[in-house]
Amino acid sequence: MPAAKSRLNDFVLKVANVNGTGSASANGLLMKAFFRMGIPVVGKNFFPSNIQGMPTWYEIRITKKGYKARTGTIDIMVAMNAETYDDDIKEVGPGGYLVYDSTWPRQKTLSRSDITIIGIPLAAMCNESFSNPRVRILMKNMAYVGAIAALVDIDMTVIRELIEQIFAGKPALVPANIQAIDLGYDYAKANFACPLPLKVKTLNKTKGHIMIDGNTAAGLGCVYAGATVGAWYPITPSTSLMDAFKAFCSRYRVDKKTGEKRFSIIQAEDELASAGMVLGAGWTGARAFTCTSGPGISLMSELVGLAYYAEIPMVLFDIQRVGPSTGMPTRTQQGDIQLCAYASHGDTRHVLLFPADPEECFDQAVAAFDLSERLQTPIFVVSDLDIGMNDWMCKDLKWDDSYRPDRGKVLNDEELAKIEKFYRYLDVDGDGIPYRTLPGSNPKGVYFSRGAGHNRYGGRTEVGDEYQDVMDRLMVKWRTAAKLVPPPLIRRAREKTRLAILSVGSCDGAVREALDNLGRQGAMIDYMRVRAFPFSEKVESFLSDHDRIFVVEQNRDAQLKGLIEIETRVEKNKLTSILQYDGLPMDSRVIEQAIGEILAKEAAA
Amino acid sequence: MSFISKPKVTHEGREVNALGHTRSDYDGAMSTLCAGCGHDSVTAAMTRAFFELSISPHRAVKISGIGCSSKTTAYFLGQSHGNNTVHGRMPSIATGSQAANGDLHCIGISGDGDTLSIGLGQFAHAIRRNLNMLYVIENNGVYGLTKGQFSASAAMGAMPKKGEANMQIPIDPVKMGLALGATFIARSFSGDKAQLVPLIKAGLSHKGFALIDVLSPCVTFNDHEDSTMSYAYAYQNLQPAAEADFIDPEREEIVADYIEGEVVPVTLHDGSKITLKKADEGYNPRDRGKAFDYVMRHQEDGQIVTGLLYVDENLPDMHEGNKTIGTPLVDLPFEDLCPGSNALAGLQERYR
Repeated sequence: MPAAKSRLNDFVLKVANVNGTGSASANGLLMKAFFRMGIPVVGKNFFPSNIQGMPTWYEIRITKKGYKARTGTIDIMVAMNAETYDDDIKEVGPGGYLVYDSTWPRQKTLSRSDITIIGIPLAAMCNESFSNPRVRILMKNMAYVGAIAALVDIDMTVIRELIEQIFAGKPALVPANIQAIDLGYDYAKANFACPLPLKVKTLNKTKGHIMIDGNTAAGLGCVYAGATVGAWYPITPSTSLMDAFKAFCSRYRVDKKTGEKRFSIIQAEDELASAGMVLGAGWTGARAFTCTSGPGISLMSELVGLAYYAEIPMVLFDIQRVGPSTGMPTRTQQGDIQLCAYASHGDTRHVLLFPADPEECFDQAVAAFDLSERLQTPIFVVSDLDIGMNDWMCKDLKWDDSYRPDRGKVLNDEELAKIEKFYRYLDVDGDGIPYRTLPGSNPKGVYFSRGAGHNRYGGRTEVGDEYQDVMDRLMVKWRTAAKLVPPPLIRRAREKTRLAILSVGSCDGAVREALDNLGRQGAMIDYMRVRAFPFSEKVESFLSDHDRIFVVEQNRDAQLKGLIEIETRVEKNKLTSILQYDGLPMDSRVIEQAIGEILAKEAAA
Repeated sequence: MSFISKPKVTHEGREVNALGHTRSDYDGAMSTLCAGCGHDSVTAAMTRAFFELSISPHRAVKISGIGCSSKTTAYFLGQSHGNNTVHGRMPSIATGSQAANGDLHCIGISGDGDTLSIGLGQFAHAIRRNLNMLYVIENNGVYGLTKGQFSASAAMGAMPKKGEANMQIPIDPVKMGLALGATFIARSFSGDKAQLVPLIKAGLSHKGFALIDVLSPCVTFNDHEDSTMSYAYAYQNLQPAAEADFIDPEREEIVADYIEGEVVPVTLHDGSKITLKKADEGYNPRDRGKAFDYVMRHQEDGQIVTGLLYVDENLPDMHEGNKTIGTPLVDLPFEDLCPGSNALAGLQERYR
């Protein structure tokens, strides 16, 4: 067995469990403990599309450098599910550790010469200490938390503090949980050389940061943006966004005396209806949104086309999951980029925002409502399961109290009184955006909205020129949109280079880590992360400033690369795809290996 | 431009309503439907009802889907915001609009194709939410714009102008409404303005989902001799069950001497009253089960039961059920919606 190298605050821990056994709270507790010790962490939950009894994993990366992605290797595996032993042991990197429940005889397959196996009789200890069968199962999880705490040297005062906070509402549960943690802790201390060479030590790198998932942050953003109508149909992995909106609204927008709500959440009968509701509310003047995933976007496309053509604000959060069809609902992907960009029949094109982490989910949620009202068009916030459902360490969310919503070109009663005649689809100032009015306002602003052909005055038409006039004006508006959307973020290499990576959304962490590693090997590579569609001039100039661009994304068909090829002036042969689409959050090795191989091959040629 | 505005005709001494508006203030654009289309009569009835109720046109929204019926939202209340949307989705757009601003009168116009085929799901769920709207189905049993295919409301055995009889079981919006729990259900005939106008007025005053299914014959594709939805068939087979007299408390004196057993008084949410005169003594518009039975038995005899067939003015509508604040959501100031930076700082302590 190779001698274990000592690694401080830099290793990966993974827990294999059965879903529905309460392991999520135990794993959350572990991750929070590292975070509270000031050590940056990455948490990834790999869960089945199931309620109880299927395998589930939770991966925690302890990363003193504060990286955001997975590494692709596991240093300590806590194998709590005999069904997945075979796969779990294979995943452990050489010199790593496997912790298992030694209550039962160890299976033959559970051995490997290059790793250390640690057996702890978790079930046996819990069975002796607790009488209720359900409690025994829950406490077994707490017991492995205790064992890990001993093995990697987690500060026990932090754990006790967390337990007390978690069960603040039910203090009677505190002693049993502490007891279970002590069982694991004491056993590990008594039987193994603790701590292992892989261990943690208090740092000061999490101050000013929170641990939050993207859906919670986006739901919070909707509250802060002043959204009042949320219509949705439940679908994994977007559901927690509306749950968060509801929870925050219940906290901040319910009259304490009367119980009256300053919001309306409607669980629709399907995604067609939820899109229709958002459209109806947007047309009437409320900030309204829906959250969904790929299958929902397919259904909503009909109404999205209407909103595009009739120029009605809508905000849609697409928390992408693995497609096509039902695909893998609990795995992540970036497979809806082109679907969202051109959703619906006819000439349609939509503004997309691409958050990369929960902080951006919060900010872009607010930006999405401003843009949708400014541009009078649907805005898609294209997130994914990895961002939406995993806990990310990110900077504290900030709010500027001077912020006021940009309602765009809405004529109020006084303005209407001043003008001679109102025409709904007339571009009076050349930015391609007409003025609108809200139902119920001054009668002078009344107009008839329709998905049928209309002219610049809002009248129905089947005259070709009149139809084309409006379609062309929509393209003027599109060019205005390119100037208003968030610009790309660019990271320059130490030296000037013609080599670059272009990426999007949740690939960001993996790309940045790969750039660090490649940089150490001497590769000079610039990096641009696009944050919106349409692509701005800044995107164009970055593309023209580089000769070789690796486009990193999480789908089979290179959808971002395709969009770049169609929508920019880039020469196709400059672009090379690096793709990961197995449903797991991207890890940096994929990028490092691909670029390393390509560059080596070209150097040899 | 195929969009024709209707010339505004005003005559000296014409009747004005409480707002000082004339009938023509409630007109819309010129109809492009076939001459004699039942839908135009429904449009005229809508205009009359709004005029008589003295509703400011700009406080109403008209929403529709796709089809001949859905086009008619352009033909009345030209001074109201209108939204002609996509096929079968009017209920969801009306739901969103009402969610945003519950103070507006919401009128949905639909047809048998728009409601009973492509839009059946949304129709059912608008009822389930007791959405506060007037939902009018202009029902003629055929698809007009696509040239005469049967719709889901066509009777079993009904003959088209050309071709084979319909052999599918019809979907009846009234029976559906009764089964689903709609709180105001009426049926009428486009040719019977005396019955239709008070029904529309009552429906507009009802707080909740008011369904009016209007038999509105298609003169081009379904008005022939063998049709069960023609003018001639309607005139021969209408069976009024309970006529509604609508009484506006601000304009009319409420007469309280009802004859026991013949008249059912109903006070609506806004204080207006309907007196339901039972045309058929055995009819009870307060009994959902018996109403269903009555409609069904008469259908078996080929008769079309009309009138206000069921009403329950006491069930909470969508906003009441949700406990939404009384002020329309669109009118809430931003300060009442955004918790601000201090709240955000405090909240984030939970995420450490």
